Amino acid sequence: MSNSEEEEIARDFLCFGDAQATLVIVDATCLERNLNLVYQILEITNNVIVCVNLLDEAKKKGININLKLLSKILGVPVVGTVARKKKSLNNLISVMYKVCSGTIKCSPNPVKYNDDIEKVVSKLLPIVTNILPKQYLYLSKWITMKIIDGDKKILSSIENFTSTNLHSASIVKVLENINLDISTNFSFRDSVISNIIATAETVALKVCSFEKENYNLRDIKIDKILTSKSLGFPIMIIFLGIIFWITIVGANYPSELLSKLFSYIQEKLVLLFDFLKIAPWLKGVLIDGMYKTVSWVVAVMLPPMAIFFPLFTLLEDLGYLPRIAFNLDKCFKKACSSRKASSNYVYGIWM
Amino acid sequence: MLLFTLDSLPLNYCGIVKNIRCAPNTKRRLLDLGLVKDTKITPILNNPMGDPVAYEIRGSTIALRKEDSKLIDVTINL
Repeated sequence: MSNSEEEEIARDFLCFGDAQATLVIVDATCLERNLNLVYQILEITNNVIVCVNLLDEAKKKGININLKLLSKILGVPVVGTVARKKKSLNNLISVMYKVCSGTIKCSPNPVKYNDDIEKVVSKLLPIVTNILPKQYLYLSKWITMKIIDGDKKILSSIENFTSTNLHSASIVKVLENINLDISTNFSFRDSVISNIIATAETVALKVCSFEKENYNLRDIKIDKILTSKSLGFPIMIIFLGIIFWITIVGANYPSELLSKLFSYIQEKLVLLFDFLKIAPWLKGVLIDGMYKTVSWVVAVMLPPMAIFFPLFTLLEDLGYLPRIAFNLDKCFKKACSSRKASSNYVYGIWM
Repeated sequence: MLLFTLDSLPLNYCGIVKNIRCAPNTKRRLLDLGLVKDTKITPILNNPMGDPVAYEIRGSTIALRKEDSKLIDVTINL
Protein backbone atom coordinates (compact mmCIF):
# COMPACT_ATOMS: atom_id res chain seq x y z
CA MET A 1 0.00 0.00 0.00
CA SER A 2 1.80 3.07 -1.15
CA ASN A 3 0.67 6.63 -1.61
CA SER A 4 3.67 8.42 -3.01
CA GLU A 5 6.44 7.89 -5.47
CA GLU A 6 9.11 7.21 -2.87
CA GLU A 7 6.88 4.64 -1.24
CA GLU A 8 6.37 2.98 -4.60
CA ILE A 9 10.10 2.77 -5.17
CA ALA A 10 10.61 1.31 -1.71
CA ARG A 11 7.89 -1.24 -2.38
CA ASP A 12 9.37 -2.25 -5.73
CA PHE A 13 12.72 -2.78 -4.09
CA LEU A 14 11.23 -4.85 -1.29
CA CYS A 15 9.40 -7.04 -3.78
CA PHE A 16 11.93 -7.44 -6.51
CA GLY A 17 15.23 -6.09 -5.19
CA ASP A 18 16.21 -9.55 -4.00
CA ALA A 19 17.46 -8.31 -0.64
CA GLN A 20 19.01 -10.73 1.81
CA ALA A 21 17.04 -9.35 4.69
CA THR A 22 14.72 -6.47 5.43
CA LEU A 23 15.11 -4.44 8.57
CA VAL A 24 11.92 -2.72 9.66
CA ILE A 25 12.46 0.01 12.21
CA VAL A 26 9.43 0.74 14.33
CA ASP A 27 8.73 3.35 16.95
CA ALA A 28 8.19 1.83 20.37
CA THR A 29 6.03 4.76 21.44
CA CYS A 30 3.38 3.98 18.84
CA LEU A 31 3.88 0.32 18.13
CA GLU A 32 0.38 -0.36 16.96
CA ARG A 33 0.57 1.98 14.03
CA ASN A 34 3.97 0.69 13.05
CA LEU A 35 2.94 -2.95 13.21
CA ASN A 36 0.65 -2.14 10.34
CA LEU A 37 3.73 -1.57 8.19
CA VAL A 38 5.46 -4.67 9.55
CA TYR A 39 2.53 -6.83 8.55
CA GLN A 40 2.44 -5.36 5.07
CA ILE A 41 6.11 -6.16 4.62
CA LEU A 42 5.72 -9.67 6.01
CA GLU A 43 3.39 -10.37 3.09
CA ILE A 44 6.12 -9.57 0.62
CA THR A 45 9.25 -11.06 2.07
CA ASN A 46 10.26 -13.66 4.62
CA ASN A 47 13.58 -12.47 5.96
CA VAL A 48 12.38 -9.61 8.09
CA ILE A 49 14.00 -8.25 11.22
CA VAL A 50 11.93 -5.93 13.35
CA CYS A 51 13.88 -3.30 15.21
CA VAL A 52 11.92 -1.62 17.98
CA ASN A 53 13.62 1.71 18.46
CA LEU A 54 13.08 4.52 20.99
CA LEU A 55 12.73 2.09 23.87
CA ASP A 56 13.99 4.82 26.20
CA GLU A 57 11.24 7.19 25.12
CA ALA A 58 8.67 4.44 25.54
CA LYS A 59 9.94 3.76 29.03
CA LYS A 60 9.59 7.42 29.89
CA LYS A 61 6.00 7.27 28.79
CA GLY A 62 5.45 4.14 30.84
CA ILE A 63 5.11 1.75 27.92
CA ASN A 64 6.59 -1.70 28.33
CA ILE A 65 6.96 -3.92 25.30
CA ASN A 66 7.38 -7.66 25.53
CA LEU A 67 9.84 -8.15 22.69
CA LYS A 68 10.08 -11.91 23.10
CA LEU A 69 6.34 -12.31 22.80
CA LEU A 70 6.27 -9.99 19.80
CA SER A 71 8.96 -12.07 18.12
CA LYS A 72 6.98 -15.22 18.82
CA ILE A 73 3.76 -13.76 17.43
CA LEU A 74 5.37 -12.32 14.31
CA GLY A 75 7.64 -15.31 13.72
CA VAL A 76 10.63 -13.11 12.96
CA PRO A 77 13.47 -11.81 15.14
CA VAL A 78 12.68 -8.67 17.11
CA VAL A 79 15.48 -6.51 18.49
CA GLY A 80 15.00 -3.63 20.88
CA THR A 81 17.29 -0.66 20.46
CA VAL A 82 17.99 2.78 21.77
CA ALA A 83 19.72 4.25 18.75
CA ARG A 84 21.49 6.88 20.84
CA LYS A 85 23.37 4.14 22.68
CA LYS A 86 25.82 2.32 20.48
CA LYS A 87 25.78 -0.78 22.64
CA SER A 88 22.19 -1.60 21.84
CA LEU A 89 23.02 -1.50 18.14
CA ASN A 90 25.65 -4.24 18.40
CA ASN A 91 23.00 -6.78 19.20
CA LEU A 92 21.03 -5.64 16.16
CA ILE A 93 24.06 -6.03 13.91
CA SER A 94 24.71 -9.55 15.12
CA VAL A 95 21.09 -10.55 14.60
CA MET A 96 21.17 -9.07 11.11
CA TYR A 97 24.30 -11.07 10.37
CA LYS A 98 22.73 -14.25 11.65
CA VAL A 99 19.63 -13.75 9.50
CA CYS A 100 21.67 -12.98 6.39
CA SER A 101 23.93 -15.97 6.92
CA GLY A 102 20.97 -18.24 7.61
CA THR A 103 21.73 -19.11 11.25
CA ILE A 104 18.37 -17.67 12.26
CA LYS A 105 15.47 -18.82 10.12
CA CYS A 106 12.46 -16.55 9.80
CA SER A 107 9.05 -18.11 9.52
CA PRO A 108 6.70 -15.17 9.59
CA ASN A 109 3.06 -15.46 10.59
CA PRO A 110 1.33 -13.08 8.23
CA VAL A 111 -2.11 -11.62 8.80
CA LYS A 112 -4.93 -14.12 8.81
CA TYR A 113 -7.62 -12.66 6.62
CA ASN A 114 -11.28 -13.36 7.11
CA ASP A 115 -13.10 -15.98 5.08
CA ASP A 116 -14.55 -13.53 2.58
CA ILE A 117 -11.10 -12.45 1.51
CA GLU A 118 -9.54 -15.91 1.59
CA LYS A 119 -12.38 -17.32 -0.49
CA VAL A 120 -11.89 -14.72 -3.19
CA VAL A 121 -8.12 -15.10 -3.15
CA SER A 122 -8.22 -18.88 -3.39
CA LYS A 123 -10.15 -18.63 -6.65
CA LEU A 124 -7.46 -16.71 -8.41
CA LEU A 125 -4.36 -17.99 -6.65
CA PRO A 126 -3.83 -21.21 -8.70
CA ILE A 127 -3.87 -19.30 -11.97
CA VAL A 128 -1.40 -16.72 -10.77
CA THR A 129 0.87 -19.42 -9.38
CA ASN A 130 0.81 -21.08 -12.78
CA ILE A 131 1.95 -18.13 -14.81
CA LEU A 132 4.53 -16.63 -12.43
CA PRO A 133 8.21 -17.35 -13.04
CA LYS A 134 9.68 -19.64 -10.40
CA GLN A 135 11.76 -17.06 -8.58
CA TYR A 136 8.69 -14.97 -7.85
CA LEU A 137 6.44 -17.75 -6.61
CA TYR A 138 6.78 -16.55 -3.02
CA LEU A 139 4.93 -13.41 -4.11
CA SER A 140 1.98 -15.22 -5.63
CA LYS A 141 -0.50 -14.55 -2.83
CA TRP A 142 0.49 -10.92 -2.62
CA ILE A 143 0.22 -10.48 -6.39
CA THR A 144 -3.14 -12.23 -6.42
CA MET A 145 -4.44 -9.80 -3.83
CA LYS A 146 -3.13 -6.88 -5.81
CA ILE A 147 -4.86 -8.13 -8.97
CA ILE A 148 -8.17 -8.32 -7.14
CA ASP A 149 -7.49 -4.95 -5.55
CA GLY A 150 -6.99 -3.61 -9.05
CA ASP A 151 -4.45 -0.84 -8.44
CA LYS A 152 -3.12 -0.21 -11.94
CA LYS A 153 0.18 1.34 -10.85
CA ILE A 154 1.19 -1.63 -8.73
CA LEU A 155 0.08 -4.09 -11.38
CA SER A 156 2.07 -2.47 -14.14
CA SER A 157 5.21 -2.47 -12.02
CA ILE A 158 4.63 -6.11 -11.13
CA GLU A 159 4.28 -6.92 -14.83
CA ASN A 160 7.49 -5.06 -15.53
CA PHE A 161 9.55 -6.84 -12.92
CA THR A 162 8.23 -10.35 -13.35
CA SER A 163 7.71 -9.99 -17.10
CA THR A 164 4.37 -11.76 -16.96
CA ASN A 165 1.09 -10.71 -18.43
CA LEU A 166 -1.46 -10.19 -15.68
CA HIS A 167 -4.17 -9.33 -18.14
CA SER A 168 -4.38 -12.74 -19.74
CA ALA A 169 -7.79 -14.09 -20.69
CA SER A 170 -7.91 -16.66 -17.89
CA ILE A 171 -7.25 -14.07 -15.19
CA VAL A 172 -9.73 -11.61 -16.61
CA LYS A 173 -12.38 -14.31 -16.70
CA VAL A 174 -11.88 -15.31 -13.07
CA LEU A 175 -11.81 -11.66 -12.06
CA GLU A 176 -15.16 -11.11 -13.71
CA ASN A 177 -16.57 -14.08 -11.84
CA ILE A 178 -15.22 -12.74 -8.57
CA ASN A 179 -16.67 -9.32 -9.17
CA LEU A 180 -20.05 -10.89 -9.81
CA ASP A 181 -19.85 -12.82 -6.55
CA ILE A 182 -18.81 -9.91 -4.41
CA SER A 183 -21.74 -8.02 -3.04
CA THR A 184 -21.72 -4.31 -3.71
CA ASN A 185 -21.22 -3.49 -0.05
CA PHE A 186 -18.03 -5.50 0.19
CA SER A 187 -14.91 -3.53 -0.64
CA PHE A 188 -11.97 -5.87 -0.99
CA ARG A 189 -9.38 -3.21 -0.29
CA ASP A 190 -11.15 -1.86 2.77
CA SER A 191 -11.57 -5.23 4.37
CA VAL A 192 -7.95 -6.18 3.67
CA ILE A 193 -6.75 -3.04 5.39
CA SER A 194 -9.22 -3.49 8.22
CA ASN A 195 -7.92 -7.00 8.74
CA ILE A 196 -4.31 -5.83 8.88
CA ILE A 197 -5.13 -3.03 11.28
CA ALA A 198 -7.24 -5.24 13.49
CA THR A 199 -4.38 -7.73 13.69
CA ALA A 200 -1.93 -4.98 14.54
CA GLU A 201 -4.30 -3.78 17.24
CA THR A 202 -4.65 -7.16 18.95
CA VAL A 203 -0.92 -7.84 18.76
CA ALA A 204 -0.07 -4.43 20.17
CA LEU A 205 -2.52 -4.97 23.00
CA LYS A 206 -0.87 -8.29 23.81
CA VAL A 207 2.73 -7.10 23.85
CA CYS A 208 2.39 -3.58 25.27
CA SER A 209 1.61 -2.78 28.86
CA PHE A 210 1.02 0.73 30.06
CA GLU A 211 2.14 1.75 33.50
CA LYS A 212 0.39 5.06 33.52
CA GLU A 213 -3.07 5.41 32.15
CA ASN A 214 -2.66 8.82 30.56
CA TYR A 215 0.89 8.44 29.48
CA ASN A 216 0.91 11.36 27.09
CA LEU A 217 -0.96 13.82 29.26
CA ARG A 218 2.06 16.10 29.53
CA ASP A 219 2.46 16.23 25.76
CA ILE A 220 -1.15 17.18 25.32
CA LYS A 221 -0.79 19.96 27.88
CA ILE A 222 2.17 21.41 25.98
CA ASP A 223 0.31 21.04 22.70
CA LYS A 224 -2.64 22.90 24.14
CA ILE A 225 -0.43 25.87 24.89
CA LEU A 226 1.44 25.75 21.58
CA THR A 227 -1.76 25.70 19.56
CA SER A 228 -3.96 27.88 21.74
CA LYS A 229 -5.77 30.85 20.31
CA SER A 230 -4.01 33.46 22.43
CA LEU A 231 -0.53 31.98 22.74
CA GLY A 232 -0.05 29.88 19.61
CA PHE A 233 0.99 32.61 17.23
CA PRO A 234 2.99 34.75 19.69
CA ILE A 235 5.03 31.70 20.75
CA MET A 236 5.65 30.86 17.13
CA ILE A 237 6.80 34.37 16.32
CA ILE A 238 9.04 34.46 19.40
CA PHE A 239 10.57 31.07 18.60
CA LEU A 240 11.28 31.94 14.97
CA GLY A 241 12.42 35.44 15.98
CA ILE A 242 14.96 34.00 18.41
CA ILE A 243 16.28 31.67 15.74
CA PHE A 244 16.59 34.44 13.20
CA TRP A 245 18.24 36.72 15.75
CA ILE A 246 20.77 34.04 16.72
CA THR A 247 21.44 33.38 13.04
CA ILE A 248 21.88 36.97 11.99
CA VAL A 249 23.83 38.20 15.00
CA GLY A 250 25.75 35.00 15.59
CA ALA A 251 26.82 34.68 11.98
CA ASN A 252 28.64 38.00 12.06
CA TYR A 253 31.59 36.76 14.08
CA PRO A 254 32.52 33.68 12.06
CA SER A 255 31.85 35.68 8.88
CA GLU A 256 34.38 38.26 9.91
CA LEU A 257 36.91 35.61 10.87
CA LEU A 258 36.45 33.78 7.59
CA SER A 259 36.82 36.88 5.46
CA LYS A 260 39.99 37.79 7.39
CA LEU A 261 41.36 34.32 6.79
CA PHE A 262 40.50 34.43 3.09
CA SER A 263 42.09 37.83 2.56
CA TYR A 264 45.22 36.61 4.34
CA ILE A 265 45.37 33.63 1.96
CA GLN A 266 44.80 36.02 -0.95
CA GLU A 267 47.82 38.09 0.03
CA LYS A 268 49.94 34.97 0.13
CA LEU A 269 48.55 33.84 -3.22
CA VAL A 270 49.45 37.17 -4.79
CA LEU A 271 52.99 36.77 -3.46
CA LEU A 272 53.15 33.25 -4.88
CA PHE A 273 51.89 34.37 -8.29
CA ASP A 274 54.44 37.22 -8.38
CA PHE A 275 57.18 34.77 -7.43
CA LEU A 276 56.17 32.42 -10.26
CA LYS A 277 56.01 35.39 -12.65
CA ILE A 278 52.51 34.57 -13.85
CA ALA A 279 50.98 36.91 -16.44
CA PRO A 280 48.88 39.72 -14.89
CA TRP A 281 45.75 38.83 -16.88
CA LEU A 282 45.80 35.24 -15.60
CA LYS A 283 46.42 36.50 -12.08
CA GLY A 284 43.41 38.79 -12.45
CA VAL A 285 41.15 35.97 -13.61
CA LEU A 286 42.26 33.49 -10.97
CA ILE A 287 42.68 35.67 -7.90
CA ASP A 288 40.55 38.78 -8.33
CA GLY A 289 37.93 36.89 -10.32
CA MET A 290 37.52 33.35 -9.11
CA TYR A 291 39.17 33.24 -5.72
CA LYS A 292 37.75 36.48 -4.40
CA THR A 293 34.19 35.73 -5.50
CA VAL A 294 34.18 32.22 -4.11
CA SER A 295 35.74 33.20 -0.81
CA TRP A 296 33.35 36.13 -0.47
CA VAL A 297 30.30 33.95 -1.02
CA VAL A 298 31.58 31.33 1.41
CA ALA A 299 32.40 33.91 4.08
CA VAL A 300 28.97 35.52 3.84
CA MET A 301 26.77 32.47 3.29
CA LEU A 302 28.37 29.63 5.20
CA PRO A 303 28.06 30.90 8.80
CA PRO A 304 24.35 31.74 8.66
CA MET A 305 23.58 28.43 7.05
CA ALA A 306 25.73 26.52 9.50
CA ILE A 307 23.80 28.15 12.33
CA PHE A 308 20.31 28.30 10.92
CA PHE A 309 19.90 24.74 9.70
CA PRO A 310 21.05 22.98 12.87
CA LEU A 311 18.72 25.19 14.88
CA PHE A 312 15.89 24.41 12.52
CA THR A 313 16.63 20.70 12.75
CA LEU A 314 16.49 21.03 16.50
CA LEU A 315 13.03 22.58 16.23
CA GLU A 316 11.96 19.79 13.96
CA ASP A 317 13.22 17.12 16.33
CA LEU A 318 11.46 18.81 19.20
CA GLY A 319 8.33 18.30 17.15
CA TYR A 320 7.63 22.00 16.95
CA LEU A 321 7.56 22.23 13.16
CA PRO A 322 4.52 19.98 12.81
CA ARG A 323 2.76 22.22 15.33
CA ILE A 324 3.61 25.26 13.25
CA ALA A 325 2.26 23.48 10.20
CA PHE A 326 -0.84 22.68 12.21
CA ASN A 327 -1.28 26.31 13.23
CA LEU A 328 -0.66 27.72 9.80
CA ASP A 329 -2.51 25.11 7.79
CA LYS A 330 -5.29 27.47 6.81
CA CYS A 331 -2.82 29.94 5.31
CA PHE A 332 -1.03 27.19 3.42
CA LYS A 333 -4.29 25.88 2.13
CA LYS A 334 -5.20 29.27 0.75
CA ALA A 335 -1.82 29.60 -0.86
CA CYS A 336 -1.82 26.24 -2.61
CA SER A 337 -5.48 25.62 -3.11
CA SER A 338 -4.94 25.07 -6.80
CA ARG A 339 -2.47 22.24 -6.30
CA LYS A 340 -3.69 18.88 -7.37
CA ALA A 341 -1.90 17.08 -4.59
CA SER A 342 -3.71 19.06 -1.95
CA SER A 343 -6.16 16.22 -1.53
CA ASN A 344 -3.75 14.61 0.88
CA TYR A 345 -4.19 16.94 3.77
CA VAL A 346 -3.26 14.61 6.47
CA TYR A 347 -0.02 14.91 8.32
CA GLY A 348 1.02 13.28 11.52
CA ILE A 349 1.96 15.11 14.64
CA TRP A 350 3.98 12.44 16.24
CA MET A 351 4.91 12.60 19.85
CA MET B 1 -27.61 4.73 16.23
CA LEU B 2 -27.06 8.45 15.81
CA LEU B 3 -24.58 9.44 13.15
CA PHE B 4 -22.61 12.65 13.42
CA THR B 5 -20.01 13.98 11.09
CA LEU B 6 -16.57 14.03 12.67
CA ASP B 7 -16.20 17.81 12.41
CA SER B 8 -19.26 18.31 14.64
CA LEU B 9 -17.81 16.18 17.44
CA PRO B 10 -16.98 18.39 20.45
CA LEU B 11 -13.50 18.44 21.92
CA ASN B 12 -12.57 15.39 24.03
CA TYR B 13 -15.68 13.43 23.08
CA CYS B 14 -14.81 9.99 21.84
CA GLY B 15 -16.46 9.02 18.58
CA ILE B 16 -16.52 5.70 16.74
CA VAL B 17 -15.91 5.76 13.02
CA LYS B 18 -18.75 4.26 11.05
CA ASN B 19 -18.36 5.48 7.51
CA ILE B 20 -15.74 7.27 5.44
CA ARG B 21 -17.07 9.09 2.41
CA CYS B 22 -13.85 10.83 1.30
CA ALA B 23 -12.36 10.62 -2.18
CA PRO B 24 -10.50 7.34 -2.82
CA ASN B 25 -7.03 8.82 -2.41
CA THR B 26 -7.83 10.51 0.86
CA LYS B 27 -9.69 7.49 2.07
CA ARG B 28 -6.68 5.32 1.43
CA ARG B 29 -4.46 7.65 3.41
CA LEU B 30 -6.90 7.61 6.28
CA LEU B 31 -7.10 3.83 6.21
CA ASP B 32 -3.31 3.66 6.36
CA LEU B 33 -3.38 5.85 9.43
CA GLY B 34 -5.60 3.29 11.07
CA LEU B 35 -8.88 5.09 10.56
CA VAL B 36 -11.05 2.10 9.75
CA LYS B 37 -14.60 1.24 10.72
CA ASP B 38 -15.18 0.98 14.49
CA THR B 39 -12.02 2.89 15.38
CA LYS B 40 -12.21 5.26 18.32
CA ILE B 41 -11.33 8.83 17.49
CA THR B 42 -11.22 11.81 19.84
CA PRO B 43 -10.71 15.45 18.91
CA ILE B 44 -8.07 16.73 21.34
CA LEU B 45 -6.78 20.02 19.96
CA ASN B 46 -8.39 22.94 18.25
CA ASN B 47 -6.42 25.08 15.89
CA PRO B 48 -6.07 28.81 16.65
CA MET B 49 -7.72 29.40 13.29
CA GLY B 50 -10.38 26.75 13.77
CA ASP B 51 -9.20 24.37 11.06
CA PRO B 52 -7.65 21.74 11.07
CA VAL B 53 -8.42 19.85 14.26
CA ALA B 54 -6.08 17.31 15.84
CA TYR B 55 -7.50 13.91 16.70
CA GLU B 56 -6.21 11.18 18.92
CA ILE B 57 -6.40 7.82 17.20
CA ARG B 58 -4.73 4.58 18.22
CA GLY B 59 -2.27 6.31 20.49
CA SER B 60 -1.04 8.87 17.99
CA THR B 61 -2.26 12.26 16.94
CA ILE B 62 -3.32 13.24 13.45
CA ALA B 63 -4.66 16.48 12.06
CA LEU B 64 -7.62 16.50 9.70
CA ARG B 65 -9.04 19.40 7.77
CA LYS B 66 -12.70 20.20 8.05
CA GLU B 67 -13.33 19.32 4.43
CA ASP B 68 -12.18 15.78 5.19
CA SER B 69 -13.63 15.40 8.67
CA LYS B 70 -17.09 16.41 7.54
CA LEU B 71 -17.05 13.39 5.23
CA ILE B 72 -16.43 10.98 8.11
CA ASP B 73 -19.44 9.69 10.03
CA VAL B 74 -19.10 8.77 13.68
CA THR B 75 -21.36 7.66 16.50
CA ILE B 76 -21.03 8.45 20.17
CA ASN B 77 -21.13 5.79 22.85
CA LEU B 78 -23.58 6.85 25.51
